[in-house]
Amino acid sequence: MTLNASITVKRGDEFTLETSIRVEEGKTVALLGPNGAGKSTAVAALAGLLPIDQGRIVLGDRVLDDPDVGVFVPPDERGIGVVFQDYLLFGHLTVAENVAFGLRSQKKERDAADVKTSAWLERLGLSQLANSKARDLSGGQAQKVAVARALIIDPGLLLLDEPMAALDATTRVEVRRDLADHLSRFAGPRLLITHDPTEAFLLADEINVIENGRITQVGSADDVRLRPRTRYVADLAGSNLLTGTALSGAVTVGTHILQVGDTAIGGSVLATIHPRAISVHRRHPEGSPRNVWKTAIVRIEHFGDRVRLQTGDPLPLAVEVTPAAVDALGLKHESEIWLSVKATEIGVEPG
Amino acid sequence: MSREKARHGRSRPPIAFVVLAAIAVVFFLLPLIGLLARTPWSDLVSLLASEVVADALVLSAIASFAAVTISTVVGVPLAWVLARVDFRGRALVRGLVLLPLVLPPVVGGAALLFALGRRGVVGEPLYEATGLVLPFSIWGVVIAVTFVSMPFLVLTVEGALRNVDVRFEGAAGSLGAGGWTVFRRVTLPMIGPSLAAGMVLTWARAIGEFGATVTFAGNLAGETQTLPLAVFVALETNRDTATALSLLMVAISLTVLVLLRDRWLRPQ
Amino acid sequence: MAASTLRYGRLRAVSAVAVIGFLFTSCGGSSDASDEIRVSAASSLSRVFAELELAFEAAHPGVDVVLNLAASSLLREQILAGAPVDAYASASTDTMTPVVVAGLTVGGATTFAHGSLAIAVPFGNPGNVTGLDDFGSEELLIGLCDIAVPCGTYARQVMSRAGVEPAIDTNEPNVLSLLTKIEEGELDAGIVYMTDVRSASGEVEGIEIPDAVNVAADYPIAVIVEGPNTEGGRAFVDFVMSGVGQEILAGFGFVTP
Repeated sequence: MTLNASITVKRGDEFTLETSIRVEEGKTVALLGPNGAGKSTAVAALAGLLPIDQGRIVLGDRVLDDPDVGVFVPPDERGIGVVFQDYLLFGHLTVAENVAFGLRSQKKERDAADVKTSAWLERLGLSQLANSKARDLSGGQAQKVAVARALIIDPGLLLLDEPMAALDATTRVEVRRDLADHLSRFAGPRLLITHDPTEAFLLADEINVIENGRITQVGSADDVRLRPRTRYVADLAGSNLLTGTALSGAVTVGTHILQVGDTAIGGSVLATIHPRAISVHRRHPEGSPRNVWKTAIVRIEHFGDRVRLQTGDPLPLAVEVTPAAVDALGLKHESEIWLSVKATEIGVEPG
Repeated sequence: MSREKARHGRSRPPIAFVVLAAIAVVFFLLPLIGLLARTPWSDLVSLLASEVVADALVLSAIASFAAVTISTVVGVPLAWVLARVDFRGRALVRGLVLLPLVLPPVVGGAALLFALGRRGVVGEPLYEATGLVLPFSIWGVVIAVTFVSMPFLVLTVEGALRNVDVRFEGAAGSLGAGGWTVFRRVTLPMIGPSLAAGMVLTWARAIGEFGATVTFAGNLAGETQTLPLAVFVALETNRDTATALSLLMVAISLTVLVLLRDRWLRPQ
Repeated sequence: MAASTLRYGRLRAVSAVAVIGFLFTSCGGSSDASDEIRVSAASSLSRVFAELELAFEAAHPGVDVVLNLAASSLLREQILAGAPVDAYASASTDTMTPVVVAGLTVGGATTFAHGSLAIAVPFGNPGNVTGLDDFGSEELLIGLCDIAVPCGTYARQVMSRAGVEPAIDTNEPNVLSLLTKIEEGELDAGIVYMTDVRSASGEVEGIEIPDAVNVAADYPIAVIVEGPNTEGGRAFVDFVMSGVGQEILAGFGFVTP
């Protein structure tokens, strides 16, 4: 089933959320935006915790909310699995009881609850913790329980509200990998709400950027990253995100090799280069940067006091310079340039 | 502050506080000491083994536990409505619930008599229709003690419900749990300690109730004479019995309060 | 009795502090003790003593009589515990005797009035009570004073003389609360003082108790040593015993000695 939601919600006098979101079966859509953009409002509206003022929410062939016709399905009848920002596990219940909660609340599922619970606990590696109280879990463990709890009820839509926000950086990386796995195994539509662009880029098939209650850009990760439409998107797309293989300080990305500062890391990695960390030259530069290569400008975009350059082979990157620099160097579409990046400016993490 | 104390994070309390606290403790301790000093220790067992005492004990037990039960069954829903539903006149209803706390118990008893007595506003039609007389019976005792003690339960639970993080209820709802299931499996456990504390306070108030009981239910050994009434009457006839009964009440109350200390103080 | 005197003596010493509450019931403003006379009087004397108070104050301008009204037995306990009253009027010699024996009176007690008991029923006599025999009825709601108070002791004496086993529904802690419940119609019948029936004539009806089984209640009064104003106490007691006082008592239905 597909989620088709057009949502208009007024919160107080200042803020209105007006968006359209569409998520197809088997796809993950990310709703990416800064805090205060309206993400939580959207989650609340979809989950049924907040009625919409105008619009229509349809999941599959069921209308969940339609103020014009007077239809409003309460949260407990929507069949939407939600992984909440703080997980909201029932602390006084055990892990098993938390996971089984949704099933036990529905009369028809009660008998199968035990079997299904064991299966899901096993699937997520939580069997050992089955009888631990939910309030005693670590962040990563709690997140898994929250995911299991939401998926076990076989929801029509999976809603993840900032699923990694409560985790520290190290746990986040590990959990992100697992989460990608679980998401791919869930057949229905998935909506991921986040403010972390990396998370969106890695987990989502399509990214909807939301700012001030409105969607400002819809596209794939590459679209958003390489062709940002607004200043915010340009900023957060910020880092160029590259996947490659590392070995003793050298990361191979496609046909290009980058020298990086971290010599210890090995294997599959994510490399990030901030557009502002890349220097542009008309001739081969002399100097310390270990990464120097020749390329051509594919596109120039102006954003007020910043200019974004899109470069081509061997390594397509977004580069940010000032308008003054563009004039000084006489940069244009198809201009040949040299780029230089210090090894220490390239961030590397296991991926 | 000594090094050792600083290490353990304990600071020396200001001397003025210690003195004032000590005065407060003495204030609570003095009547108890007076009671213990006057207790006829040698006759204690024989004094307490009388039928009057047994009757009073049974009546007090029945009435106080009935009060807690009724207060919980009716009071928790009331607390829920007061905490969660924004209706016109809510402040008035809350004031009404607080009323038995500020009314002198005898006034409460008199009011109950005017309402539910045989010639009462509600009591008279009730009597005419069913022949039921509420005063001078165990029902009268239960009504009187419940009237003065239920506010404790309602206020405690209302406070707890207001402090519940309603997002958890939202989470339960999203998993398919209907209103009653959410209350039973999520909300109620979350307010558990507060509910228990409320029930203890209610019980404590109920078992000590005198004015409303004697005014509404009357005083008859074996029927309506609870422990406090028995003590009051004994004070005028047999001082030793009164002392023994008082000691019994103190012992019962202290035991219950101390046993339930943990529930009271355990953090959420 | 001697043993209890010793006990009471010790009790007085220990309970002096407990009497602070009693002190607070008197008006806090008066600094001159001789302007105030504290009198403890039995509940059944409430109305007549209110009248006596007014009459005394009229005759002695500037003096304030403060009445402490409660069951005689409760008042007795208060005095034995050291309550500072100037005079004590009770509803039976039984409640007065321990006070005299404890040496707390000035010159012993004097009987200032007699009373007898009567049956009281609510106006209209809804229970159709005709006499003492009805007190054995389980269907009627019957109230007596608790045996601890004089009214209750007297009532039981009447019952036993009449050979009736009363089916009691409540033992009220003092005669006024019993009277109130009868007035309200919450009880069908009770035994109170004749004087109570007379003063509540609009709200209750009285039924006579045959002289043969009725008791003669003696009301004693005494000046109490503990009081701050024993002179005033003496003056008040003398007033009660005087012609004027006795006339007031007779007016309320008390039999004068």
